[in-house]
Amino acid sequence: MNTLAASATSVGEAVQFWVLGTVAVAGAFGTILMRRAVHSALCLAGTMIVLAVFYLANGAYFLGVVQIIVYTGAIMMLFLFVVMLVGVTAADSLKETLKGQRWLAAACGLGFGVLLIAGIGNASLNTFTGLGAANSAHGGNVEGLAQLIFTKYVFAFEITGALLITAAVGAMVLTHRERTERAKTQRELSELRVREGKHLPPLPAPGVYARHNAVDIPGLLPDGTLSELTVSKTLRARGQIRDVSSEALNDLAALEQRSEERLGRETGSHEPHARDESKDPHDSHDSHDEEAAK
Amino acid sequence: MNPVNYLYLAALLFTIGAAGVLIRRNAIVVFMCIELMLNACNLTFVAFSRMHGNLDGQIIAFFTMVVAAAEVVVGLAIIVLLFRSRHSASVDDASLMKL
Repeated sequence: MNTLAASATSVGEAVQFWVLGTVAVAGAFGTILMRRAVHSALCLAGTMIVLAVFYLANGAYFLGVVQIIVYTGAIMMLFLFVVMLVGVTAADSLKETLKGQRWLAAACGLGFGVLLIAGIGNASLNTFTGLGAANSAHGGNVEGLAQLIFTKYVFAFEITGALLITAAVGAMVLTHRERTERAKTQRELSELRVREGKHLPPLPAPGVYARHNAVDIPGLLPDGTLSELTVSKTLRARGQIRDVSSEALNDLAALEQRSEERLGRETGSHEPHARDESKDPHDSHDSHDEEAAK
Repeated sequence: MNPVNYLYLAALLFTIGAAGVLIRRNAIVVFMCIELMLNACNLTFVAFSRMHGNLDGQIIAFFTMVVAAAEVVVGLAIIVLLFRSRHSASVDDASLMKL
């Protein structure tokens, strides 16, 4: 496999190239066109996996595996962590600060791409040696790379280690926050709460007054308005509160409508039965929710 | 199939990444586009390594990966820091040296 895959391009590789190349380009476009950062990250992860397959097809077996472990495994997951920290739903603003910047940028990109591809087209790239000999010279791809890293590139390798340590320390220094004052004890916190005089008991739970028990549904105050306090601060900030205050009234109206229709056709004796039937799914749904919550 | 096709694909991916850096405002997405460009370069290195039957290209790609990892660590720390002080990851909002 070592010599065959790396010394010639087969029909199978051509098929693989055209199929996976399409996927890679689609993933790249997805990265720059998706509005949410999470979707962009997932598209990029797909592109990177395809690139790993291309490395393997090109005889770079070590790099192919490293690409999957380091890029899609570590770097993309780090990206996802930061996306979660910064806020998943924080979509890009579509407001242009510079007028026409988007189109100019797209035109620049197009020109740059034409330049690059024309450059490759004009270059005389007709040498094709294949990696078969190089890969088998020291017994395999990994052995060949190790031989180079620890002889010819040993200084670059050592300096890379220093770079990694510096980056790790730098990240810690950047994200570290020094505590400037002593943390309050529990007693002090409780005294502070009493002194401020608001919310001595815990905050009201979400949805309990509104026959729902999902955390994104605010409880209703006696007058039917929403109580924002009942929903977590994060959901409030993201605007992901589901308002169901009018749902009960709508249900009742729909129920009355249905029973009116039924009454119009049949006798009145069926009315309570219809009411039971139409209420049934809701009741079972709610009890199901409660079970899941427990 | 001509292995030069890998170079064309890498050029295409690099171009898409560069356009993304110019078009997008979200600092995280801009960063992802930079990663895409680095990956496209790696593909070029690997393809050339195969064409010339020489493992040096793969070594350079390997070092690029290490540098990219270091760059991501520091860059994402800076983005988290920016988000903490400005409550936004948009590159447009980071227009002042000091808040």
